This record gives sequence, structure tokens and C-alpha cells, in this order.
Amino acid sequence: MAAIAPMMLCMHSSSPPFSVEASGLRKSFGKTVAIDDLAIECRAGQVTALLGPNGAGKSTFVRMVATLVRPDAGTLRVCGVDAVAHPSEVRRLIGLAGQSAAVEPALTGRENLIMVAKLFGHRKAAAIAAADSVLGEVGLSDDGGRLVREYSGGMRRRLDLAASLVGAPRVLLLDEPTTGLDPRTRLDLWDSVRSLVAAGTDVLLTTQYLEEADRLADRVVIIDHGRVIATGSPSELKSQAGRDVVVLTLARSDDRAAAEPVLRAIGTDEPRFDPIARALTVAVENGPDALSRVLAALAAERVGIDDITLRRPTLDEVFLTLTGAPR
Amino acid sequence: MSTTSLSTSAPTVRARTIHAPEAAPTALTTAASYAGRTLRQYIRTPQLIIVNSVTSIMFLLIFRFVFGGAINTNGIPYANFLIPSLAAASGLFAGGVVGVAEDAESGFFDRLRSLPVPRAAIMLGRSMADTVLITWGSIVTIVVGFAVGFRPKGSVAELLVAFVLCVLFAAAWSWLQIFLGLMAGTAQAAQGLSFSVFPLIFVSSAYVPVGSMPGWMQPIARHQPVTSMVDAVRALVIGGDTNAMFGASQGFLVLKAIAWSVGIALAFAGLSVRNFNRR
Repeated sequence: MAAIAPMMLCMHSSSPPFSVEASGLRKSFGKTVAIDDLAIECRAGQVTALLGPNGAGKSTFVRMVATLVRPDAGTLRVCGVDAVAHPSEVRRLIGLAGQSAAVEPALTGRENLIMVAKLFGHRKAAAIAAADSVLGEVGLSDDGGRLVREYSGGMRRRLDLAASLVGAPRVLLLDEPTTGLDPRTRLDLWDSVRSLVAAGTDVLLTTQYLEEADRLADRVVIIDHGRVIATGSPSELKSQAGRDVVVLTLARSDDRAAAEPVLRAIGTDEPRFDPIARALTVAVENGPDALSRVLAALAAERVGIDDITLRRPTLDEVFLTLTGAPR
Repeated sequence: MSTTSLSTSAPTVRARTIHAPEAAPTALTTAASYAGRTLRQYIRTPQLIIVNSVTSIMFLLIFRFVFGGAINTNGIPYANFLIPSLAAASGLFAGGVVGVAEDAESGFFDRLRSLPVPRAAIMLGRSMADTVLITWGSIVTIVVGFAVGFRPKGSVAELLVAFVLCVLFAAAWSWLQIFLGLMAGTAQAAQGLSFSVFPLIFVSSAYVPVGSMPGWMQPIARHQPVTSMVDAVRALVIGGDTNAMFGASQGFLVLKAIAWSVGIALAFAGLSVRNFNRR
């Protein structure tokens, strides 16, 4: 009875440094290349966000980690366990939620969780205890006895999240956990994910929302066409793509003709003009210095300005710079 | 809905009280869990069972009262001819085809596949639940049958064996339905595929004696599984000397029907498990 399961080792001091480790991964569906020589390392103790447009290969990668899809080539390890050679061991280490998984509408929330807990390997009493515990964790204690078909979309997502947790997984895989949720519900779900991480679960999530990656992730991996195109912390990525951004608001739209050449001369890309806000935006090297040069040049040209700011690029701008295409 | 705060400050850290289970679930636990869920889904979605029952009752009544009078069944009252075959072939009218496709489409199967379960046991659980659903259809048929003139002549033992055979056939056909559901992949496609089994019922001895069919069709009708199953149940229910009507003894008919059922179950269980395991 008291036999120590192999995975218990993974949960304590001998944890490998990476929760998910992939290299040279490839997967094609017919002629469509979904994953093309992908290499990703998710550090233990972190939230890793896979960010990319639709069809970038995010879900395929998560489904590989979840042992639902077998790679055509490459290696994939979860907590050090080879996911291709030992998928059933990997299944004991992971929990899957999001668009790749579902809950049963004709069961109550609690029944759903008890079922999944049993399928994780819990005995009946432990399954019930685990179900009640995670219901509390995602804030559904009062609704556990209601049928899921009566739940709102946000409640279903939280139940889905809870279902992936009843087996106390080492690595939580969230495939677009908040797609289609309203902003308020999204914030609630983010809170739930944050408290999970605080309680010691590694998270690999996919998202199309840059803000989600920015708010939740320690590390962001941007992928497109099945390849990694950038990786780093949100702030590293922002400084990697570079450059600070000068945004100035003209007092009069007519001054655009005079202001644009100034920005073009000092900036590192073509200035963009937003006619409604009368705002001109340009990327610059060495922000503070550039800012004072812009101000001096504008004064010399007698261009009136309402406002001028120097800011870091948003992840959106990073994403656009890296993928080279508007989404 | 306990969290109403929009704050982004660090949430309170709750101690994790759940521990990872020591071992993966057994095949039995897995099958029972999925079967339990599927049965509850049937019970809590009454339209599923009602549509199912109404369809089979409709077929029963149409054949009993509309076509029955025109079908010559060699002196056997048509209700006695029809009810055993409908009870035996219930698994071709109902089953998991749409439910399986829904589970595939919704991502429910993906969740199950991501769990450390013996995957074949998931399919077994489905078959167990669907066998109950199909048997329920047989029972409805028998009960309505009594109301429209069905009067079995066999002994209690013969009738019991007949019922057990119906359950066995239900299990066999449940696997065909599961396989079709997996192949369909979407509930809509499954709905269409569920009609693909109709020739099996109609080109059999279920509704009319095979002897009344065109000569080229008779060998097909005579040597297909539905005819074997229907004949076995019918021979038990009608009782008496079956050699005259079926050209074989009760025992032979029953064994042949069992062989078909086991064959169908094994074949489609194998195909279904392989399909479910594919990744």
C-alpha cells in the first residue's frame, strides 16, 4: 500500500530543471506541416506561455505533451520522462484543460470532478476529497451540486481547470484557457491560474492574447508556422524587439507634414500617423536622447505639440515585428 | 463565484491538500466510471431515451398494423413473428453512435485520453452503458408488444434464454455503433451513419420471411447475422418444433447466434480500440 510511486520522486527534490523539454520536434498532418523543428524548454516552477497566431502549432504542441498526438520526429520529455516511449507515465504527470478537453454537461460539477479524479487513479474517498478541494480552489464550492449544463461559460472553464487539477498534476497544460471569455471572467480565471502557480504547479499555456502572456507568464515562447521565433520573459522580449517608442500628439493635424520628416530622421522605422488621435509613433534607439532631439527639432520647426511620451513597446508591437505580419 | 475582486495582487496561497494518486486506475474502475457517466447522461437527457423509444415503438406499430396484414408468416400471428425480431435487433436502432461522436467532437475523449487510464477500458465502459440503453429498447418493445397481441409460447426457461440472447446481441451491436461513432467524428455525420445499418435489418428475417424475397437476395438474407439472431430468439419465443420453420434445432440456432455475436463484438471492439488509441 505504501509503495512509493515513481512520479513522487519527480515532485520533490530531484525534480529535473525542465518540466517540458522538446527538441527537433516535427509533426505533419498530410501535407500540412504543423510543427517544424520545434525546440522548447519550460523551466520547472514557471508559467510558460506559447504565443502565436491561429495555426501556428500551439495546440499541436500541447497535444503532443498531453500524449494525444505522437511526434513524427524529435524528442519530448515531461519531467524527464520520454513522452513518446512512455506516454502512460507522462499521463500521470500532466493535467489538460482548455479547448483540447471538455466537461460533461449532464453531470454536476462535483460528479465531473469525482469521475476525473477516479480516472487519475484516486480511490473513491480520495476522489471525493480531491473534487471538493479543487472546487474550492476555483471558487465553485457553492455550485458543485448543479448540473454543468446550467453553468455559465466562465464557470465551465473554471470547472475544466479544476478537472485538470484533481490528480495533482506536476505540469498543467492549458490550451487557450480564456478564448471566448468576457474580460471579467478572463480576469477571474487568471486569478485561479496564479494561485495554482503559487501552490507549486508548473503551467504551460497557449494563448493568442498577448496581454494574457504578459500578465501570467514568466517566460513567453512566440511560435509561428510551427517554429520558435522568439523566447524570453515578457520584458526581455519587449526590449529584444527593441527599441523604445516615441509617441507625440500634434496640436494641429496640419503640422503632420512638418513633423514627419523630423521623426523619420531620428527614428529607426517609418513613422505611423493616427489621424483620430493626431498621434505620430516612431521607434527609436537610445530613447531619452532621441526624445530630447525630437523635442529640439520640433521646436525649431515650430510644430506645436499637445503631448509627447517615451514608452517601451507592447507585446503586440513585439509580435508584429517578429512575425512580420499583422494578425 | 467567490472571486469578485479584479485586483491583480498576489492571490492567497492555499496549501495543496491533494496528493497525486499512487497508481493508475484499474480497467474496471475506468470502465465503470465512464459507463456511469454515460448512463447518467442518458437518464438526465430524457429526450435521448424518449426519441429512441418512440422510434422503435413507431416501427413496431407500423409493421404490426400497416404491413403486418400483408405479410404471410406461415400461420404464426404477425405480432409473435415481429416482436422477437425487434427485441433481438434493438441494437441497430439505438446505441452510442451519436454519443460517441459527440464525445470525440467535444474534446471529452481527449480529456480521457490524457488521463492515465487503460484506453481499451474506456471503450468497454461505453459498450456497457450502451448495452443497457439497447436492452432498455428491447424491454420497451416487449412491453408494447404485449399490448398489441404478442403472446410468447415458449417455456419460462426458453424465454429467459431468449432475453439473455437479446442482451448479448445488444452488447455485440453496441460495438458496431461505437465504431461507427468513432469513424463519423462529428455528431452530424454520426446521425447520417446510423442509417447505414438499416439494410442489415430489412434484408433479414426480421420483418418478413426470407422465402418471400427475390431468389438472388435470399442467400444474403439467410446468411447474415441479424437473421441468425432473430431466428434464435424467435425459435425460443415461439417454442415447439423449430425444425419445420427454421430447418435447424433450437440449440443450433442459439449457438450460431452466439457465435455471430461474439464475432461481431470482437471485430468491432478491436477496430474501435485501435481507432481510439490512434494518435
